[in-house]
Amino acid sequence: MIALLLRDLKLAFRAGGGFGLGLAFFLIVTVLVPFSVGPQSSLLSTIAPGVLWLGALLACLLSLDRLLALDWEDGSLDLLATSPLPLEAAVTIKALAHWLTTGLPLVLAAPVLGVLLHLPAQGYVWLFLSLLIGTPAMSVIGTFGAALTVGLKRGGLLLSLLVLPLYVPTLIFGAEVARRGATGMDVQTPLLMLAGITAATIALLPFASAAVLRINLR
Amino acid sequence: MTLSVTDLAITRGGIPVLEGLSFALEPGKALILRGPNGIGKTTLLRTLAGLQPPLSGQVNGAEDRIAYAAHSDGIKPTLTVAENLAFWASVFGTKSTQPALDAFDLGDLSGRPAGQLSAGQKRRLGLARILVTARPIWMLDEPTVSLDRSAVQMFADAVRGHLGQGGSALIATHIDLGLDGEVLDVGPYKARPKAIDDFDGAFL
Repeated sequence: MIALLLRDLKLAFRAGGGFGLGLAFFLIVTVLVPFSVGPQSSLLSTIAPGVLWLGALLACLLSLDRLLALDWEDGSLDLLATSPLPLEAAVTIKALAHWLTTGLPLVLAAPVLGVLLHLPAQGYVWLFLSLLIGTPAMSVIGTFGAALTVGLKRGGLLLSLLVLPLYVPTLIFGAEVARRGATGMDVQTPLLMLAGITAATIALLPFASAAVLRINLR
Repeated sequence: MTLSVTDLAITRGGIPVLEGLSFALEPGKALILRGPNGIGKTTLLRTLAGLQPPLSGQVNGAEDRIAYAAHSDGIKPTLTVAENLAFWASVFGTKSTQPALDAFDLGDLSGRPAGQLSAGQKRRLGLARILVTARPIWMLDEPTVSLDRSAVQMFADAVRGHLGQGGSALIATHIDLGLDGEVLDVGPYKARPKAIDDFDGAFL
């Protein structure tokens, strides 16, 4: 399992691996927002938590279509499926590798980008925390979507259409934590819901992903 | 332990391709699969490797004992030859990749990114992967595609070495490898084409 994680990380950091693409997309989206809505700092600080959450979500979505597709194209998915590694473990590791190379950099970059959007000072901790708790769910749900579309050529758009509705609960509660944190309100309820959603997806979805992958590999 | 197949029927895309197939593969033996294009040799190998369920019939002694090599080799172009092999070795719990590198004369190439290899060199790397799996039954689908004559010889030697250690091999190929294996022509087992009745037949 460690071998698969190390291989995926190595592939992500080598040429053409796609590391940093999501991060660059997140940066550009955040920079474009003040251009499109205008530079009023009061407006920007109101919408900052929501914009940062949406930007992180879209950046995460951007990198999903290569999560399993590359392994499918070169045949390594077939070979992994016949290896001693259970497919459930393989998809979990793939999701973890995706989070480490896409989700975690977004979490770390979000507070920096918050400055560009005049995020209120008290909101930084909650923005960081909500993304830290929410992004693993996005990687796991994304892996499920990637497993559903793995055999399709140019399945990227379909993947987005399948995955975006599944991101809704995470987005609602994650952005709510960041918004309440920024305005100084109590965050406990949405934070618990967000954590619950993440815990449930990590516990259940790898089994669904592996089952779907078995059907798609036939 | 013998791999035994009894009255097997397999499907591709919901349509039965082979039926009534029975054979046994004993340790130390090789079985060469023959048959025209599209008869279902690849589907048979995929079914035996556990990638898809059979329509009916029984496969015994295959669980976790098969090393499967498909048309594509599962090579990552940005990893080096040694890294590609080391990954599969650790997935299968094998310690050393050196015997596999030596068997297919990849020692000089081990530091090269696999994307820079020629088609034949990639194929040799794909076959070297079979050696690091350390599994007793090899299932090889057209293993000699794009290999030159000396590489075919290396491959035949590797198979002979494997059989000598009590392993077995099921090889779909049309060239003569000089192995003293039995030949199984799957042509006579061709299924009469009829669609499966149930609505999810396309998934089977």
